[in-house]
Amino acid sequence: MEVGAGTMHPETFLRVLGPDPYRVVYVQPSRRPADGRYGENPNRLFKHHQLQVILKPSPADIQNLYLDSLEAIGLDLAAHDVRFEEDNWESPTLGAWGMGWQVLLDGLEITQFTYFQQSGGVDLDPVPAELTYGLDRICAYLQRVDSVYDVRWSDDRSYGQVRLLEEQQFSAYNFEYADPVITRKLFELHEKEAGQLLDASEKQSAAGKQRVPLLAAYDHCLKCSHLFNLLDSRGVISTTERAQLIGRIRQIACRVAVDFLAQQSEARSASAVAEAAR
Amino acid sequence: MKMKGSAKASAKVAVDFLFEIGCEEIPAGMLPGAVRELKVILEKYLAAHKLTDGAAIEVYGAPRRLAVSCVSLRIKQPDEIKEVTGPPKSVAYDAEGKPTRAAESFAQKMNVPVAKLAITATSKGDYLSARQVILGRPAGAILEEVLPRAVAEIPWPRSMYWTSANGLHFIRPVRWVVALLGGKPLKFQLGDAAAGNWSSGHRFLGKSKIPLSGAKDYVQKLRTNFVLVRPEDRKQKIEGELRRLAGSKGLRIHEDVHLVDLVTYLNEYPSGIMGSFDPSFLELPEEILITVMRDHQKYFALERKDGTLAPNFLAVINLDKDKAGHIRAGHERVLRARFSDARFFWETDQKCRLADYLPKLGAVTYQEKLGSYGEKVERIRELARWLSEQWFASGISKASVAAADRAAELCKCDLVTEMVREFTELQGVVGGLYAKSQEEPEEVAWAVYDHYKPAGIEDSIPRNIAGQAVALADKFDSLVGCFAVGLVPSGSSDPFALRRAAMGIVKILVETGLPVSLPLTIARAARSLANGSRKIAVSLQTEKQVLDFLLDRVRFVLKERGNLAYDEINAALAAGTDDLVDALRRMEAVRGIRKTKNFEPLAVSFKRIRKIIEKAGPEAGWRLSAVRSDLFQEKAERELHAQASATMKEVEQHKRSGRYREALQEIAKLRPAVDNFFDGVMVMAEDEQIRKNRLTLLAGLLSGFSTIADFSEIVTVEPGK
Repeated sequence: MEVGAGTMHPETFLRVLGPDPYRVVYVQPSRRPADGRYGENPNRLFKHHQLQVILKPSPADIQNLYLDSLEAIGLDLAAHDVRFEEDNWESPTLGAWGMGWQVLLDGLEITQFTYFQQSGGVDLDPVPAELTYGLDRICAYLQRVDSVYDVRWSDDRSYGQVRLLEEQQFSAYNFEYADPVITRKLFELHEKEAGQLLDASEKQSAAGKQRVPLLAAYDHCLKCSHLFNLLDSRGVISTTERAQLIGRIRQIACRVAVDFLAQQSEARSASAVAEAAR
Repeated sequence: MKMKGSAKASAKVAVDFLFEIGCEEIPAGMLPGAVRELKVILEKYLAAHKLTDGAAIEVYGAPRRLAVSCVSLRIKQPDEIKEVTGPPKSVAYDAEGKPTRAAESFAQKMNVPVAKLAITATSKGDYLSARQVILGRPAGAILEEVLPRAVAEIPWPRSMYWTSANGLHFIRPVRWVVALLGGKPLKFQLGDAAAGNWSSGHRFLGKSKIPLSGAKDYVQKLRTNFVLVRPEDRKQKIEGELRRLAGSKGLRIHEDVHLVDLVTYLNEYPSGIMGSFDPSFLELPEEILITVMRDHQKYFALERKDGTLAPNFLAVINLDKDKAGHIRAGHERVLRARFSDARFFWETDQKCRLADYLPKLGAVTYQEKLGSYGEKVERIRELARWLSEQWFASGISKASVAAADRAAELCKCDLVTEMVREFTELQGVVGGLYAKSQEEPEEVAWAVYDHYKPAGIEDSIPRNIAGQAVALADKFDSLVGCFAVGLVPSGSSDPFALRRAAMGIVKILVETGLPVSLPLTIARAARSLANGSRKIAVSLQTEKQVLDFLLDRVRFVLKERGNLAYDEINAALAAGTDDLVDALRRMEAVRGIRKTKNFEPLAVSFKRIRKIIEKAGPEAGWRLSAVRSDLFQEKAERELHAQASATMKEVEQHKRSGRYREALQEIAKLRPAVDNFFDGVMVMAEDEQIRKNRLTLLAGLLSGFSTIADFSEIVTVEPGK
């Protein structure tokens, strides 16, 4: 599944909703069509890798835990300039935002650190902390190479040997070959499928909602988001249309979030009833 | 013994106070404001609760803390004596002067013996009264209530919650709180952090737990833990170290006060380091290099003696030193990547000519209703041509008119270049640089480069006349267009920076003296909007609104320049706003004769005249020439009329040849005649004809002599006679 950031993965987007504590970590390959540089720029990638961490609720010593993680991968914090500089994260397509910092290591942005306040238009309580590590950059830094393509992927392979072809081909696709008409159609198809699932959910009673596959609806939402990015990198959407398309994706995301919360709360009360009966 | 006793007593009434909010990194841009606000808010509360005893409170701010200290606060509020009135004396005592039940129950209520009650005289007669002492509350109890409230009052552009949605909202999570009164911790919570005496030092260099004892050694204790809590101490350290580093290589810092302030608030223990970059990057224009260093990496650029950039930079780090050289190497690597990006954009963008980007501007929206930048460029061209063609009399050459036209055509092209997409703050500059490297005439290149200028009241205006024409055209189009579609700035909301645009127009006109009529240019801009593809109608009311908005900026700009008083500006503007440069000369004339003896008294008389006319209800045709000498009764009115008529001729002559000061001097000479008139003539005579004749004379005076400056706008110091 193509996503622009680890935040969009359901393990973040949906799991931050509601009262249940949750902790998760995963590597998220993130695709941003407009960032492709045909493999010619040493720092910009169409597809980069994030280490995504969610801690819900956020522990009081979260900053120290984060700094410990840097030490754990071999950084001597007293010999580097590590700082937290204001950077509030916002995703208009997901109706999500939070406040936090970009973490700079000797002037290089290595992590986005966010206290989520809203996801899918829903206020979050408890507040999750999201740590998004830029793996490619951190690796390049630790290995002291100037180009991400020189990073050692494994003992016998460099990043370039594994990923360069992909960068070249997808840059060409994203900027030149992707057919705008077909891409638009795909967008509409995914939007329609998501809409149908959400309409089905809307018609159901609280108990009936349980069976509606909202996770599938959300997958189609993510498809829409990527196809929108693709149209954007092809340079075929005007500013007005841009805002409209973002609004359409956000609408799906917000509907998924609201119904997902309803499913969760129904599941909780059902299990409470079962508990009481026992 | 006695001395010692009293010293001890005074030690008890005052205590020191320290309050530190330990926070995760507060955004640097917001810290100075927060420090200021915290001071104001706390001073308000301390004064309201009468806890201050004259000692100043000091505030501190660093990325992980906001703090307040005071060496001396009252340990408790002073007791207050309050007088409570009870029943009237007549009810409280019987005929024999014995207290009645009313007096007894009042005394009981007040908890004093009847004998201690007093009599207070009021406007309604004598009443029984009792003195009540309200005991002051201890400072600690008050502060425990007030401090959490004060913290919640600090305003932030946007705040967050972290404990729960209805918990404390602050800029970032609060992680510790120090609140000590006389060395003792106060009891309260901020979010989930309880107040105590434990602070925390520098994140990497200091101890994570430091016990504090109070205000006296706060700064010192934090300093030993590598936190300079006073912003001015950090700034001094930064400036000193940067200067020393630059000097060590014979270089000087590319001055940047904003950057110094920013790094002051980004670090708890700032130190300077020097790095270098590959000199081959110096082939890129220095504007781009400096922007990358300053805006994206917060580095200071360095210059050689001859003013050219050196391949070095200074960075401020949040440590005492770069002990292993890793930090310098890291920053150098990041900068190299950034410069490589910039070089990539520079080369990619120049694969085609600037003008080739024009068609793409059709797809970039300026404003939804006002259309694309493509459409805006069309309007800017029309307006720039119309403006510059009027300036032949002011010496503009045909070549410059053509340069203005070409610059207007190219001015927005850089918006679709890779470079400006990455470094938006370089709009205009990048277009100018591309134009220059593509061998457009130099005048065109500079005009494109400068056309967003001036960026603020301190900034310079475009350097050549073509740039001035384009800058004016762009700004007039923005103003009239935005007002026409309802985007009028209000309060702090001004998304299209219209105040800056208006200020820019005024600044350009004032500094160049170019002959530009504000209302006519507004009307011409309106015509371009109406004739354009969007057919945007601009009402006369909107045009008037834009003019008023501009005049407001005129007052602002001229006041900032400092040599003119507000009322002098208003007096000249009240006499005509069409030609700003002319208005400026009239203002200076007013300024010139302001201090002469007749001027202000005459201004007082003019104000009086205005009031009389307004009260009487002015009528059309009240001109000096309509005054009938056969209706004169008094010598004073006859003389005033005669002198005013003669003066009028002189004034007209001076005015025609632009000798405003001389004209005003002539007018000022009318003062004795006007004074005599008011001393000897009753304006509101019973006879209607006579009355109207006198009103006509005064109205004629007012309108006839207010064409250079309206004297009645002058604010006079003493209410003259």
